[in-house]
Amino acid sequence: MLSFLLRRAGLMIVILFFVSIIVFSLVNVLPGDPALMILGQEATDESLEALREDMGLNDPLVMQYFAWVGDLLQGDFGQSFRDNTEVSSLLAEKIPITLQLTVMSFAIAVLIAIPAGVISATRKGTLWDSSATLFALSGVSLPPFWLGILLIFIFAVTLGWFPPSGYVPITESVAQSLWYMLLPAVALGVRLSAELTRMLRSSLLEVLGSDYIRTGYAKGLLERAVVYGHALRNSILPVITVSALQFAAFLGGTVITEEIFNIPGLGQLLVTSIQTRDFPVLQGAVMFMALAVILINFLTDVLYSILDPRIKLTGGSQ
Amino acid sequence: MKNTSEEYQLQVRGLEVGFNNKKNFTQILNGVSFNVQKGETLCIVGESGCGKSLTSLSIMGLLPESGGIRSGEIRFEGQDLTNQSMKEMSKIRGNEISMIFQEPMTSLNPVHTVGKQIAEAVRIHRNVTKKEAYERVVEMFELVGIPSPRERVHNYPHEMSGGMRQRVMIAMALACNPKLLIADEPTTALDVTIQAQILDLLNELKADLDMSIVMITHDLGVVSEMGDQVLVMYAGEVIEYTDSRSLFDNPKHPYTQGLIESIPKLQGKTEELPVIKGSVPNPDEMPSGCRFSTRCAFAKQECFVQSPEEVGTEDHPVRCWMYSGEWQKMTPFEGGESNDNSSSEAVDRQPIRD
Ligand SMILES: Nc1ncnc2c1ncn2[C@@H]1O[C@H](COP(=O)(O)OP(=O)(O)OP(=O)(O)O)[C@@H](O)[C@H]1O
Ligand SMILES: [Mg+2]
Repeated sequence: MLSFLLRRAGLMIVILFFVSIIVFSLVNVLPGDPALMILGQEATDESLEALREDMGLNDPLVMQYFAWVGDLLQGDFGQSFRDNTEVSSLLAEKIPITLQLTVMSFAIAVLIAIPAGVISATRKGTLWDSSATLFALSGVSLPPFWLGILLIFIFAVTLGWFPPSGYVPITESVAQSLWYMLLPAVALGVRLSAELTRMLRSSLLEVLGSDYIRTGYAKGLLERAVVYGHALRNSILPVITVSALQFAAFLGGTVITEEIFNIPGLGQLLVTSIQTRDFPVLQGAVMFMALAVILINFLTDVLYSILDPRIKLTGGSQ
Repeated sequence: MKNTSEEYQLQVRGLEVGFNNKKNFTQILNGVSFNVQKGETLCIVGESGCGKSLTSLSIMGLLPESGGIRSGEIRFEGQDLTNQSMKEMSKIRGNEISMIFQEPMTSLNPVHTVGKQIAEAVRIHRNVTKKEAYERVVEMFELVGIPSPRERVHNYPHEMSGGMRQRVMIAMALACNPKLLIADEPTTALDVTIQAQILDLLNELKADLDMSIVMITHDLGVVSEMGDQVLVMYAGEVIEYTDSRSLFDNPKHPYTQGLIESIPKLQGKTEELPVIKGSVPNPDEMPSGCRFSTRCAFAKQECFVQSPEEVGTEDHPVRCWMYSGEWQKMTPFEGGESNDNSSSEAVDRQPIRD
C-alpha cells in the first residue's frame, strides 16, 4: 500500500509537470493580447507596451513558464489580469459551486441508475426492462442543454415550481441552494443515469449468469440477497470506471449547463477567462482540472481494490 | 425394494426437463426415475451432455431460466419439490439439500472471504449470531481438512488452490447438516491425488453425518469407490439402474458394458482400450428408436425404429430390447455404416445374460 502511494505520488508529479507545459503552451498560442483586452481599443501603444512589460508578457516564454511554475510550487496561482484578484481565491469561490452541481447530478444519476439497472437486468425481457432500456436510449441521446431548456420551460416558466436560473450559496441557505440547483442537476444527471443504467444492466446480466450466483441460490438465499449481496458489487466495477471519467469531465465540462442556468461556477470562469485572455485564471483552472482527474483516477484505483480483492494496489497506472 | 415413499430420502419419477429456445421446446431429460434411500449413495454416470447436471439442478430447483420441468415429480421425504414456491425452496436449499458444483474455481464469489460466504449460509438457516456462525465455519473447515482453519476463513477464493476451494464448497454444503448432498462431479476439475482425497472425505463425512448422497460422475472409478446404487444415463434417459456390485459384475446394457470395458486396467499389456464409437446424438436429432442404437454393436432393425421399454428385474432394470421377450424375433440389422465398423468387436462382446 505504501509503495503504491509513493509510486502514485511520483507519477502524479510527473503528469502534472507535463500538463503544466501543455497548459502553458496552449494558453500562450491563443490569439489575442491580454493588454489590449484590459485597456481596450483606444489605448495608446505606449500604455499597452508598459502594461505588457509590467505583466511580464515581454519576457521569453520559457522565463514566463518558469516564473509561473515557480509560483505554483509555492502555492501561488498568480493574479487575474482583469482585476488582480488572487486566482486561488477565485478558484476557491468557483470550485464548490461546480462541485455541488457535479455531486448533485451524480446523486440523481446513481439514484436512478442502480434501481433501473437492477430491475432491467433481473426482470429481463419484461415491460420493466423495455421501459428502462427506452429510458436509457432516450436519455443518452438527449443533449443536456436541450433537456435543460426543456426543464426550464416546463418547471420554471410554465409551472413556476422552480426558479429558472441563478444560484444561492449553500452556506447561505442549504434548502434554497439545493432548490436552485435541482433543475440543472437533473439536466446533467439524466444523461449520466441513462449511460450508467445501460452499463449496469449489461454487466449485471453477465454476473447473474455466473457460477457463484448459482451457489448463492444453492445455499438458500432469496433473489434479493443474491442480487444485492453478491451480484451488484461484482458488476459495479465498469460502472465506476465510467462514473469516474464522467465525474472528472463534469468538474470542468458543465460549461453549457452553467451558462443556461446562469450558475457562476468553474465553467463560467473558464469561458470568461478565455474570452478576456485572462491567462493566470485560465491556467489555474485547467491545472485544477488536471489535478482533479488525477486524484479521481487514484481514488478509482483504491476503490477498485476495495471492491475486488483480486486487484492489488501495486503502483503504476492500471 | 418395497419402501413407501416416506422412507426414501429422494424419489424422482418420470422427470422430463428441457429448454425453451425460439418457440420450440427441446427436451433433454426423458422420463428419469430413481430413488435414494436414507444414508445411501446413488451414483449417476454417463457421458458428457447426457443430462447429469440437469437432473441435479432440477432437484435443487436451479435450472437456468430457459429450462423447465415439463412433467414428473421430485419427492424429498415424500414432499414434491416441483411445485414449491421460491421461498419454500430457499428454506430447503443449503439446509436439507445441498449441492457441490462441478466448477470449484468459479463457484465462489471472488469478492467475499470464504468464511463470510459459508457463515452466510449458516445464518440463513440457523438463528445464530455472526460470531457463532464463524465458529461453525471454523468447525467445518476442520472437518473437511483445511489446515489452519482460523486463518483460512479470512482468505479470499483466489488465495486458495482448486482442491482447497472444493473443500470450502463441501464445507459450505455441509454446514447446515443437510439430509441429502448432491455432488456434481466434485472432482472432475481437480488433479488425481486431490480427487482421491475429496472422495475419501465425502465417504467419511457421509458415515459421520448420516446423509444421503447423489454423486454425479462420468468416471466409473468414482462409482466403485462411492456408489451403493448406480444409475447409468444415456442421452437423457436412464438405461440401467442397479447396485454398484451388480453393475460391475453383471453389466447388461451394451453402453454400460462399453463403459466398463473402457476402464483402463493396471495389469495386463498396454492394448488399445475399447471405446464406444461415435458420440451422443444431438438433442434435436434423437433417433426415433433406442437412443443408443446409432452406436450399438448389437442393434437390430427394430432398435432403430422403436424405443425399448424398461425391462429386467425390479432390482436391475435396463432399457434395452436385448432383454425383452421380443429380441429373438427381431430382424438382424444388415449393412449401414453405424454397424460395420464395430462388427469385429461384436464377436467377443457378447451380451451377458442373467
Ligand atoms: N442453458 C442451456 N440451454 C440449452 N441447452 C442446454 C443448456 N444447458 C444444458 N443444455 C443441454 O442439456 C444437455 C445436458 O446437459 P448437462 O449439463 O446436464 O450434461 P452433463 O451430463 O452434466 O454433462 P457434463 O458431464 O459435461 O457435465 C446437453 O446436451 C446440453 O447441450
Ligand atoms: Mg455436468
